[in-house]
Parts: sequence; structure tokens; C-alpha cells
Amino acid sequence: MALARAAESELLEALRAGDEDAFAQLVREYQPSLVRVARIYVPTQAAAEEVAQETWLGVLKGLDRFEGRSSLRTWIFRILTNIAKTRAQRDGRTLPFSALQDPGRVPEAAVDADRFLDPEHPRRPGHWAARPEPWPEDALISAETQAVIEEAIEALPANQRAVISLRDIEGWSSEEVRNALDLSETNQRVLLHRARSKVRRALESYMGGNE
Amino acid sequence: MSDETDQTTQLSCQELVELVTDYLEGALSPAEHFRFDAHISRCDGCGVYLEQMRMTVRMLGNLPRQALPAGAERDLLDAFRGWR
Repeated sequence: MALARAAESELLEALRAGDEDAFAQLVREYQPSLVRVARIYVPTQAAAEEVAQETWLGVLKGLDRFEGRSSLRTWIFRILTNIAKTRAQRDGRTLPFSALQDPGRVPEAAVDADRFLDPEHPRRPGHWAARPEPWPEDALISAETQAVIEEAIEALPANQRAVISLRDIEGWSSEEVRNALDLSETNQRVLLHRARSKVRRALESYMGGNE
Repeated sequence: MSDETDQTTQLSCQELVELVTDYLEGALSPAEHFRFDAHISRCDGCGVYLEQMRMTVRMLGNLPRQALPAGAERDLLDAFRGWR
């Protein structure tokens, strides 16, 4: 959740006064998201961790000049994306233009077409052929289920992984995610939809449903 | 198209599953929202599907946070000390 403005200015004061606990708290709060977002721009987990590490150094360098015109979080993620883009350029990695800007170009079905009756079916076109079954509530809190979710997230394309992580794991608002990743409202939603649909599908498959 | 239940105004299940995120995000137009609700109210399969998507979102929100590798946190705290 976003730090309230009051809490944020308190935190800033503590950081500027050299409060180590405040810095450690900030790092723990944002490091996982920083690494996930960096993965959009760089090819490996190790490179993403380096970018996150560099980001913190950038945060320290800029802290005295930070004026609070944006939230601290937005500012930190802007530093991250600048560093990550610079690094991608330096490594001669050209970002496919579609990586963030145009996720809708290649269609992806939330559910496999063969789960539905034919669109030309005389009575029930596009109706479930194999409908989903309710999940047992108690299966949802098991460690195995969490592992299934984490594996599904890991398998996502980096841009979908970044959006679902910030929105659903970290609890950011759609506006914050759009600002941090420089996404349009529609593209943010398309990426979120695809990511959630795939996680649901992995869970269904694990619960012994269809697919 | 005088009939309100005309096929062309109804969503198929296959169409509905693609609108679930827009629905949960409140991004559907009032007319689309109405069609979505109308479909859900008479289709068990899609009701289950919507509930599964809601559970998926809830479970994502309950994932334990990844811990930072001890070495990385130490390096950053060293940098912080050096900065001050």
C-alpha cells in the first residue's frame, strides 16, 4: 500500500538524518517490486538485481534533492526505469516497441477455445463445453497452491509479470502502475487480464479441473 | 432486434471470460456491465469462473513477500552508512 503523505515525510526526514532502520525498511518494502519491474528491461534475474541495487545508490544520491512533487515510490521507480533503460541500451538490447506499448497486437485467449462449444453451434454458440468446477476453499491456503501461483508468475512474459506483481501482490492502484511503467490505461488492463487469466488457469489445472 | 433477449445482445461464455478483468476493474460501460450481470445470473459455469478469478486475485494478495538476500541488504546498508 502507498505510504500516506504524512508517513512519507516522516520517513524522508529519518532517511536524511541517516536512520539506518528507515532505509532498511524502505529497501525491504520495494526491493521485490524493483527487481520484477527491472526484468522488463534486462534479460536475467541477476541483471535485474544489479539494476535494483544501482537504483538504491541513485536514491541515496538524489535524496537530498528530492522535493516531494511525486510520491517517494513513484520517484524511486522512475530512477529504476531510467537505469534499466540505459543499461539495456548499453548492452545493445533494443526493446521491442511492443513490449509495453502494444500488448494487444498478438491476441491471447484467457481460456482455451476448446473449452467452448463452436461459435457456430446451433443452440449454444460459445457456451462452455467443459465448464469450470468450484475450487475447494481449503486448498487455497496451502503452501503447494502458493508454489503453483509463484511458478505461474515466473512463467509470464516480463511485462505481464510486472503488472500483476505491482497490482495484485503489492496492492498498487492502476494509476500508480500506469505511472511507474508508463502504460496506457487499456494496456495496463490487457496485461493484467492476461496475467490473471494464466494464473487462474495454472490453479485450475493444479486443482484437477479441466485443461 | 426489437427483442431484448435477441442473440446479438447476449454475451457468449467465451466472450464473457475476456471481459472479467474489465468487469472487476469497473471499466465496462453501463450497457456492457448489464449484459455481463445478466449472463452471470443465468450461467453457473461463468459464475464459477468469475469466482475463480476473484479467488486468484485474493490469493495473489496473500502471497508471502520475497525476502531480500542477506548479502544484498548488507551491501545496501553499507552504502547507506557511507552516504551519511
